[in-house]
Amino acid sequence: MARYWLKALVGVMLLGMGTVAPSYALDERAFKQLAAEDNDARIAALNKIVADGDVAVIPLLKELRDGLLGVTAQGQLVTVTDEGVVKDASTGASVNATSDDVQSIVVNNRLRGAIDAALAALRLSAPDRATRLAAAREISTDADEEMLPLIHRALAKETDAEVKNLLAQAEAIIHLKSPDAAARRAAVGVLGQSENPNTRQTLAALLEKRPDGTYAEPDATVRVAAQKAIHAIEQRLIFPRLIGTLFSGLSLGSVLLLTALGLAITFGLMGIINMAHGEMLMIGAYTTYVVQTLFRSYLPGAFDFYLAAAVPAAFLVAALVGIALERGVIRFLYGRPLETLLATWGISLMLIQLVRMLFGAQNVEVANPSWMSGGYALAGGVVLPYNRMVIIVFAALVVAAVWALLSRTRLGLYVRAVTQNRVMADCMGIPTPRIDWLTFGLGSGIAGLGGVALSQIGNVGPDLGQHYIVDTFMVVVLGGVGQLAGTILAALGLGEVNKFLEPYSGAVLGKIIVLVFIILFIQKRPQGLFALKGRTAEA
Amino acid sequence: MRNYGTLSPAKRFAGLVSALVAVLMLMTMAPARAAGTIKVGILHSLSGTMAISETSLKDMALMTIDEINAHGGVLGKKLVPVVVDPASNWPLFAEKARQLLTQDKVAVVFGCWTSVSRKSVLPVFEELNGLLFYPVQYEGEELSQNVFYTGAAPNQQAIPAVEYLMSKDGGGAKRFFLLGTDYVYPRTTNKILRAFLHSKGVADKDIEEVYTPFGHSDYQTIVANIKKFAAGGKTAVISTINGDSNVPFYKELANQGIKATDIPVVAFSVGEEELRGIDTKPLVGQLAAWNYFMSLKNTRNAAFIKEWRAYVKKHNLPGGAKRVTNDPMEATYVGIHMWAQAVKKAGTTKVDAVRKAMAGQTFKAPDGFVLTMDKTNHHLHKPVFIGEVRGDGQFNVVWKTKGPIRAQPWSPYIPGNESKQGL
Repeated sequence: MARYWLKALVGVMLLGMGTVAPSYALDERAFKQLAAEDNDARIAALNKIVADGDVAVIPLLKELRDGLLGVTAQGQLVTVTDEGVVKDASTGASVNATSDDVQSIVVNNRLRGAIDAALAALRLSAPDRATRLAAAREISTDADEEMLPLIHRALAKETDAEVKNLLAQAEAIIHLKSPDAAARRAAVGVLGQSENPNTRQTLAALLEKRPDGTYAEPDATVRVAAQKAIHAIEQRLIFPRLIGTLFSGLSLGSVLLLTALGLAITFGLMGIINMAHGEMLMIGAYTTYVVQTLFRSYLPGAFDFYLAAAVPAAFLVAALVGIALERGVIRFLYGRPLETLLATWGISLMLIQLVRMLFGAQNVEVANPSWMSGGYALAGGVVLPYNRMVIIVFAALVVAAVWALLSRTRLGLYVRAVTQNRVMADCMGIPTPRIDWLTFGLGSGIAGLGGVALSQIGNVGPDLGQHYIVDTFMVVVLGGVGQLAGTILAALGLGEVNKFLEPYSGAVLGKIIVLVFIILFIQKRPQGLFALKGRTAEA
Repeated sequence: MRNYGTLSPAKRFAGLVSALVAVLMLMTMAPARAAGTIKVGILHSLSGTMAISETSLKDMALMTIDEINAHGGVLGKKLVPVVVDPASNWPLFAEKARQLLTQDKVAVVFGCWTSVSRKSVLPVFEELNGLLFYPVQYEGEELSQNVFYTGAAPNQQAIPAVEYLMSKDGGGAKRFFLLGTDYVYPRTTNKILRAFLHSKGVADKDIEEVYTPFGHSDYQTIVANIKKFAAGGKTAVISTINGDSNVPFYKELANQGIKATDIPVVAFSVGEEELRGIDTKPLVGQLAAWNYFMSLKNTRNAAFIKEWRAYVKKHNLPGGAKRVTNDPMEATYVGIHMWAQAVKKAGTTKVDAVRKAMAGQTFKAPDGFVLTMDKTNHHLHKPVFIGEVRGDGQFNVVWKTKGPIRAQPWSPYIPGNESKQGL
């Protein structure tokens, strides 16, 4: 009971209606109707509640939307707490019933959309600008006639230009249904200012032909105005869409880069055809999963920051597996590429089966931390997802770190020396076997980092690495074996080309075109984009 | 440069592998000598891409066989499962099927998930007159003497789902984005749906068909295109994406802010099991059409789930308490029980007699209805449910048929099918 009142109070206070005491003198009948069988009746009831404009119903509507409300055999609206206690939905008083007696109210998409719009309408007078803006945005494409008084009231009080603009659009949407052609024409004019693709959808509906040959919009001048408005909206959408495509190309490129960078070191620099590279990605992703699970059970408060722990953990685990692989198998096979290929392929199968035995054949769930969910909305409904932005930044950081390590540290100097001329490096007193396993560990560790990134956008399953192995080899070969800069350019280039081709050719054909392009390119330039200049000894 | 002697690790490795193979062969041969038993084959991928979906079907089949054995078996004999792993490799399915029928001499095979694997084993079953029970919803356009289909035909899943989307409660969709994995099931289903949509007056410009390769994981462009397409009118997405590509697809939808209330996505291959790998909160309201949901409330289903949970616990299966039941698992369960009933009725496991006895078999299924095997077309009469995803990865049923409906494996929406209704 106390919990409920507190919640209601907080809700009301948030809305700045502190002057009004939290009262639940709600229209009982309208609320009972919300549990009706027929969705039309429920939406009518909802509209009646909205027309009353009482903000005190917001918590109740939220519970309804989230499917927490139920109804008893007597038709009483109730909520069931986590402990299984049944409470009256509007008063919070305990009800003498068990949770088995409660039939939960199923809310479908249509009703959920109506509830969202109703909630937005009720929030239009909130003191917080962000809340008002979100509410106005919600109803600007989805307003109902019953909301008109609320919108008018909000418009009269509103000072913020952006919110005002959205409210005017909401009003215009309602006026589109007006019987007066002039009012409709004016509404279409207002809607032409919109940047929302949903508004375009509403306008397009006016131009639709019914089966009997008449138009949805009877007045020809309104139709012409609608056509113009649609054109104006589309013009405004071109630029954000281009940004969206560029961004998704960059994002795909950064994923390719993260997965291929480790291989650029093990295959590119060391010349090892490591078919188990994909499994290093997989191990990185599974490490992320394990870290996430640990955080969930032991540090639930810090769950949003589990990635900070997962990144070094994944690097270490993958690097250790890589070092074990190098020491245990690969070092016996240097200079025998075919056998290396077969042995590492066998190891990749073993690693897959091992993970399958430990974690099961099913994919495991890796949740995005809350700050990585959602996206930044550009104009025109183009959204740049946060998780992809983070991955782009992460890829840039990893590249910078690898570059610094290879060109600014002694280890990097040794690595370059050994890969360029092993015999000479040996003669100079560089401990080549140690450099070998360190380099291989570094490459594998970076693949582990790639696995962390992949876990945030895709599936984590035993087969994860298999999907990427071909792509990563493609990137490294295209970039030019032995060149990090080439790998970077190849990854980003492939990403952008892929994304610009995809809308025209489809995903399947797009992939084929890219492959054909690479084959032709390699025919013409077998050394890849960048070739090592000067003397290079074969390892 | 380095020489570590002539001792080749590859040779040692080869010895180990051949020893392993020998042991494995012995293991599969062993039950062949047991007497007073009936052998049944289980042909599901336990590794590779499809392992995500098919592993649970193998587990469910073993559970059902345990259950039948606990009640005295069939014809006084215990059922002995022979489990093989075709490893998501379509030609290997045919090879393993042949092995089950000729070497192990199983009475019946329960198996396959993808249509391409079923197409691959079909000639083997027809040649050797074997019996296959196929438990997954599929595209139809097939009817074999040697197969019983316990999953849905298009009119028991795809068509009701599209009808729902066009209804007022489903959002009144006017434009349709058909998105699928590039192989026979999505392409045939979409061909049927396109013809169906035409019959409902939807023009070609309002239908977009897009395919992605198996295992595709970058859905940025496709989701952006869905948004663009939706700007032209109320849109619904019909997804026939199969396997684990669904996870990146739904993640991208959520991140790009597409809500089910704006653009609903109805999926034909996404069930409780597939949602286990996803954070479902952003997906609330997205739709799936099936003939069974774990969340169905009836006593038969409660018992079914209880039995499954106990089985998972007893055998300590991976996933433990998080394991769920889903539609193809229910279809597997129903199929095995119906086969056992048919064997009892026929008094023998001979394929021709069992086939005859299967016609008109009934079984009280976990979906709450008594399902009937059609007398002529080898398909079950099934009810159709449409569910919306809940925050906990289960489904709320928002629409259902009044009762089981008869399958139309030859869709009337494909020209030339009018005459092909029975066997």
